[in-house]
Amino acid sequence: MRIFIQSLFLFLIASASTLSQAGEWSGSAGLEFRGFNQTAKDTQQDHNTNFSFVFESEYFHEWDDGDQSIAFVPYLRVDEHDDERTHFDIRELTYLKVAEDWELRIGIRKVFWGVTEFQHLVDIINQTDLVENLNTEDKFGQPMINLALINDWGTVDLFVMPYFRERNFPGTSGRLRSLPETREDRSQFESAAKEKHIDLAVRYSHYIGDWDIGLAHFYGTSRDPRLLLSTDSGGNPFFIPFYDIINQTSVDIQTTKNNMLWKFEALHRIGQGMTYNALAGGFEYTFTGIIETAIDLGVLSEYHYDDRDDLSTNMLEDDIAIGARLVFNDVQSSEVLIGLVWDRDSGGKFFNIEASRRLGNSWLLELQGQFFFNQKSNDLAFTISRDDHIELFLTYNF
Amino acid sequence: MKKISILAILLTPLLNHAYAETPEEKGLSIVVEADIRDTGWTDQIADMSMLLKNKQGDSSKRVMRITTLEVPGDGDKSLITFDNPKDIKGTGFLSHTHSLTPDDQWLYLPALKRVKRISSSNKSGPFVGSEYAYEDISSQEVEKYKYKWLRDETLNGRESFVIERFPQYEHSGYTRQILWLDKEMYQPLQLEFFDRKNSQLKTLQFLDYKQYLDQYWRPGVMQMTNHQNGKSTRLTWSDYKFKNDFNDRDFDKNTLKRAR
Repeated sequence: MRIFIQSLFLFLIASASTLSQAGEWSGSAGLEFRGFNQTAKDTQQDHNTNFSFVFESEYFHEWDDGDQSIAFVPYLRVDEHDDERTHFDIRELTYLKVAEDWELRIGIRKVFWGVTEFQHLVDIINQTDLVENLNTEDKFGQPMINLALINDWGTVDLFVMPYFRERNFPGTSGRLRSLPETREDRSQFESAAKEKHIDLAVRYSHYIGDWDIGLAHFYGTSRDPRLLLSTDSGGNPFFIPFYDIINQTSVDIQTTKNNMLWKFEALHRIGQGMTYNALAGGFEYTFTGIIETAIDLGVLSEYHYDDRDDLSTNMLEDDIAIGARLVFNDVQSSEVLIGLVWDRDSGGKFFNIEASRRLGNSWLLELQGQFFFNQKSNDLAFTISRDDHIELFLTYNF
Repeated sequence: MKKISILAILLTPLLNHAYAETPEEKGLSIVVEADIRDTGWTDQIADMSMLLKNKQGDSSKRVMRITTLEVPGDGDKSLITFDNPKDIKGTGFLSHTHSLTPDDQWLYLPALKRVKRISSSNKSGPFVGSEYAYEDISSQEVEKYKYKWLRDETLNGRESFVIERFPQYEHSGYTRQILWLDKEMYQPLQLEFFDRKNSQLKTLQFLDYKQYLDQYWRPGVMQMTNHQNGKSTRLTWSDYKFKNDFNDRDFDKNTLKRAR
């Protein structure tokens, strides 16, 4: 690992010095601290505090009046306790060509689909970098060719994805993991081509007045694996991530009516066990300039449903979520977001708080807290129910 | 019938003369003239930096690039891309403005690669923590206000019209504004803002005007002072470029997603 990191740094410095004349570099370096208030369920998860160092850089160069460009975003995390959290990824390495009625992208990149806040149900192009954060918003760079056809009646995006990225899972000593452990090195695939299966997707998106809509179909390797219980030669149980070949059709809609945003996502998936449907829908209403200040208060609520019930690989299968967002509109761009998710089926609750504030011009301080209440043993979240924690993340941006 | 029309046309100047313009009509006609003189620039790109200062003298900087497309008969379209502070570098703000109906606005969040349609009701809220409200930086259309000419006055050595204007769109944070419009350039020299309680809130001064394409005047500096909290924001424009052959495609969600 050390040799890998050393050679990586040499590579970064070398590419920085050759490319720096042509384009521009930016990026961030940060230190993350996590504190847990209880010992974990598994004695091998032997820590209650953890430090992590994170480095991300971005190189961007454009020419041809901005109609052609390349972007390169390497990412590195070095974790104090969890070897699986220590990892390197190329978040982006893309060539882009823009024309009047099309855009072509070749390379590794990230694509986001969807409108809801508590879960990104229809967002499927990228694999989740799960060791980063339970919120599943961190993604691995996905190799692809993406052609966007831009018409008066909407944009059609075509995706060919020649290589699949497996999900990563916290390692043996890591917190916030399944019990027993999920082992990435034992992954299984439905397709004989394994991660070389060519995945395809098409998406139509458009807006008409205050309606923004997206329709999509995905064919290929499921990004979220089923977890199959197995035992190793010593008789110790572990989970095998199993990746099915699926067909998924989805829709996402938002309508914006003054201070009210209505959001809806739904999908129909075939090929991962039984055919199933899932939906997420809700609203966000913003009170602007509350109590004669510049502060905006947003209140949001969503319902998430998955018709597989307890067989769901998804934590939100019959859940009501409520939240509040405070945007201070101050010089430091201070924000606070709190959310509570209530599982109607099991009664389990999940509370999340996120806050951020800029310090000076270049530093950003973020706070996150995740707390689990009343988790039942048959609930997916049960295995992390002793992993309540506070996270502080201080980043320097350059 | 024809005769009557011709007679009406012949008599109109006389009638106008006979029944002198009301202050409202005069205010409107001055603003319409200013609008006509500033029509036809098609599109523009400019760099903008903001220096935010509080009462104690602490300062903070914002740097952004703004492209704007002139839309005849409707509000302009604009795309703002942030460069500084670095934690919001690459954030894009796309706005299709309208005179009286709500603007269409989208935000691009580069960390998530997410385009978010946002509510445009927050017109009176601060733009990136500055003393400018969203409505202050939005496209200024004639229909957005009702006008009343107050007097002619010399401001800092410049002959100007003084016009009171009243926002007609929803969610404004102002009861009224007083505008000093330069008689030669037909461009604003100073704007005073009165809050919902009709107390003086802010003063905006337009400085360092330059003329582009032999017709269009643009300020180099816009100094906003908040009289109630003692804060100020100095906005500096640079590198104005006009007629860049932009079209609607440069102001769509696909282009927003490419913000860097």
